[in-house]
Amino acid sequence: MLRIMKTQTINNKQEVASKTERITGSEAIIKCLIAEGVDILYGYPGGAIMPVYDELFKFQDQIHHVLTRHEQGAAHAAQGYARISGKVGVAMATSGPGATNLITGIADAQIDSTPVVCITGQVPSHLLGSDAFQETDIVGISTPVTKWNCQVTKSEDIPEAIAKAFYIAKSGRPGPVLVDITKDAQFGELDFEYKKCTGIRSYSPVPKTKQLAIDAAAELINKAKKPLIVWGQGVILGEAETELKTVVEKAGIPAAWTILGASALPSTHPLNVGMVGMHGNYAPNKLTNECDVLIAIGMRFDDRVTGDLNTYAKQAKIIHFDIDPAEIDKNVKTDIAVLGNSKESLAMLAEALTENAHDSWLQEFKKLYDIEFESVINEDLNPTKEGLTMGEVLKQINMETKGNAAIVSDVGQHQMIACRYADFNITKSNITSGGLGTMGFALPAAIGAKMGAPDREVVAIIGDGGYQMNIQELGTIFQTKVPVKIVVLNNEFLGMVRQWQQLFFDKRYASTEMTNPDFVTIAKGYHIDGKRVTKREELADAVKEMIASKDSYFLEVCVEKEDNVFPMIPAGASVSDVRLS
Amino acid sequence: MSEDIKTFTISVYTENNIGLLNRISAIFQRRHINIESLTTSQSEIDGVNRFVIVVNVTKTNAEKIVKQIEKQVETIKAYYHTNEETIFTESCMFKIKSELLFDEPQIQNIIKESNTRIVTVNKEFFVLEKSGRRHEIESLRRDLNVFGIMQFVRSGRIAVTKEEMKITELLMAFNNQ
Repeated sequence: MLRIMKTQTINNKQEVASKTERITGSEAIIKCLIAEGVDILYGYPGGAIMPVYDELFKFQDQIHHVLTRHEQGAAHAAQGYARISGKVGVAMATSGPGATNLITGIADAQIDSTPVVCITGQVPSHLLGSDAFQETDIVGISTPVTKWNCQVTKSEDIPEAIAKAFYIAKSGRPGPVLVDITKDAQFGELDFEYKKCTGIRSYSPVPKTKQLAIDAAAELINKAKKPLIVWGQGVILGEAETELKTVVEKAGIPAAWTILGASALPSTHPLNVGMVGMHGNYAPNKLTNECDVLIAIGMRFDDRVTGDLNTYAKQAKIIHFDIDPAEIDKNVKTDIAVLGNSKESLAMLAEALTENAHDSWLQEFKKLYDIEFESVINEDLNPTKEGLTMGEVLKQINMETKGNAAIVSDVGQHQMIACRYADFNITKSNITSGGLGTMGFALPAAIGAKMGAPDREVVAIIGDGGYQMNIQELGTIFQTKVPVKIVVLNNEFLGMVRQWQQLFFDKRYASTEMTNPDFVTIAKGYHIDGKRVTKREELADAVKEMIASKDSYFLEVCVEKEDNVFPMIPAGASVSDVRLS
Repeated sequence: MSEDIKTFTISVYTENNIGLLNRISAIFQRRHINIESLTTSQSEIDGVNRFVIVVNVTKTNAEKIVKQIEKQVETIKAYYHTNEETIFTESCMFKIKSELLFDEPQIQNIIKESNTRIVTVNKEFFVLEKSGRRHEIESLRRDLNVFGIMQFVRSGRIAVTKEEMKITELLMAFNNQ
């Protein structure tokens, strides 16, 4: 390993070193984190990482460690922190089970391009490969779900490994990085100097945007009669919200978003035509197959967005803006690819576009919206039936937060409802597990999100199933007093799976009905104030009370048990076949 | 419209890193693509490794795989080429009982005609080595098989490309940034 790290030294670009000092590897780890601007990290101690925790104790005035109740919680909290702040989230765990418990969060961060650095302790290097107590090959295990990982067995290699980790996690298309550090490397000494990594010769994170590609794209867009923009998280990761708005407004193009792109353009923007995908809005799904130019920006044509690829936007010219060359032509063949950072590319595009409006084309979105409103939205938001709907809870939250809250959702029906109906005025406000679909994500991610943006209202919206997958993190909320608001939409079912069972498996509800505990009592056991709402007339006051609370608050809303989420594109069907019922 | 499956030689220039082989092979594994052969060695540049990977895939898939390989942080550059675009060879070794060399004079003809090299001979066995195209090696194996082979081993493909690889320029560009 030493030899390898040495060769890398030559191949990396680094800032000029400051003065050196003789310290232990574990102290070096903390100093590296501080040098990277880390003031908070999430983790769980254990044998192989104890020297680092000992140093954390000494540096607690400079760096705050949040003890989660499970390492998976630490990984998701780091993700929530990163997603809301745009900074790198940090999670720490011991070797063996501590490290493997991080894996779900790492995989989630990989598929959702979230910058996270995970530091794991490892058994002493002389025990590597001996099946020692709490030894797992975490570098091997995490390889397919990390952007980069490495194992450090020598104290002197620590600063460079951590510098690379932060650089790789944040640059280009972000992602999770894992640095595994043996216990003897933590105990050993080194001459410490920290140099930030600013380049690696084998890695070019941001392809340069080509003017030729921009010109070709602009020419197509300027001539288009029915252009449609579909943007994804690439806009948020590239901090290109303003540039997107300029492009959309200048060329007068209806713009739709993927689940992770939500909030980059305010929900109320007249050209924001809603969400695409399996439970997205009717108009942008249907009209994907009627547009003449489809402009995909920082999105990856996921199967939940495209449905059947053989019938996806075949009539349209496809322009694909992305920072990652591997996304071009991966799922959908493009006519024009524009590589580069979204901020730069969209600014260049805006320059090359002529001012335009597409009023009659926009009217088609309006018409389809009205159809969706009549057949789905109205009953979701203003129900006439007795049972509470998830949609009306979201409507109430919108009213109380004025659309300024960050919504952290889990996975399933409530997630689709939250993404469909939450009002987003502010970017980085939709924090959810999109690609991996990790139940249990929301509660710990909300903790990280609130800590990453303490001035913002953070509302976690969770189903009764996913809530119980990481319910132990209530302990973290209690201990840290982080004022997150928790809403559990309880339908006593694993609702999305039940919906599929109803629609595609003749209502055979195999293992989806849940006998749930008294959630309010559980919250109160952690000294978190809470309330259960079962009737419509109680809802408004309860939401008001929750939002008004200065402390964390738990709200359980017992909703209709067998409601379905529509519109819906059945798996493998065409976007044109989006169903309203 | 289904695309033809062809043999592609994928060449990858990388930093010398222990974990990278794992990352690269995972790209094939996830897509259920069988690796026909994989060889790694030092490249023409000090400290830079070269992978030569042979797969039977469509051109579209070859392109996608190469992009995924290039996406890895420690990959400097990856390429795919058809057989026509490369000069390639494999090598093989045979271990055969020494008595056959004298009992079966035909073996000596086979060795001569196929340009096979005798690496070593002792009382018990002799060892042959040959490099060439797969069909040449296969025909040699068939010929020798008649007499009995104690051991046979064939290497993966190694290949150089007709087109110029501009790795040095690429690395220079990084240093001059």
